[in-house]
Amino acid sequence: MAIAILYFASVREAIGHSSETVAPPPDVVTIADLIGWLAARGGGYAVAFANPGQIRAAIGDDFAEPGTPIAGAREIALFPPVTGG
Amino acid sequence: MSATLSVGVQAADFDVGAELAKLEPLGGGGVASFTGVVRGGNGLTALELEHHPGITETMIRRIAEQAAGRWPLLGVTAIHRHGRLAPGDRIVLVAAASPHRSAALEATAFLIDWLKTRAPFWKKEYFADGTSRWVEARAADDEAAKRWIEQG
Repeated sequence: MAIAILYFASVREAIGHSSETVAPPPDVVTIADLIGWLAARGGGYAVAFANPGQIRAAIGDDFAEPGTPIAGAREIALFPPVTGG
Repeated sequence: MSATLSVGVQAADFDVGAELAKLEPLGGGGVASFTGVVRGGNGLTALELEHHPGITETMIRRIAEQAAGRWPLLGVTAIHRHGRLAPGDRIVLVAAASPHRSAALEATAFLIDWLKTRAPFWKKEYFADGTSRWVEARAADDEAAKRWIEQG
């Protein structure tokens, strides 16, 4: 299952690029699993996801919770809490 | 009541007077608005606004639709800029037209509270001494947004 992952703001800077395509193993079921799986790569990923509770996500154009399943997702964005307005 | 929605995500500045003038002839009798401007001071030289280009406009349109579904509005405008801005530059405009001033004013507060907490933008501050930092989300903004949920 190939998923396009987009990174924004401080998450993007820590990881060093703004997007990539990943194929997580079957035991990566939820957004929280995905964040944990990416963090385990170490380096910038570990820095970006050091505090998973501060990471927000969107699957396509819907915001997702940590427990939201990623099955069927084509594009997932991971980012810190928004600060617009 | 059917509202005319006008949503924009753009690098360019916007003309507040012209945008409000578009809402005035809708027959509502009242137009309320909020303009967000880059705050200067503390050596701030620039503010960079990053966004999620694939979904930003959809997210803002949804917020505008929610406002229109919640208050008797004839028009809603929400424009948010991205890119590099200087102190004093406009960032965001939200406005609402309604026959009732309370609806226009409340909808305007709702629009900016929800934009701050639900639109995918991130601010980075650049300072005269060469440092920069990402703006952190404020709990006060979450609290401000939450009151619209508690009110039903």
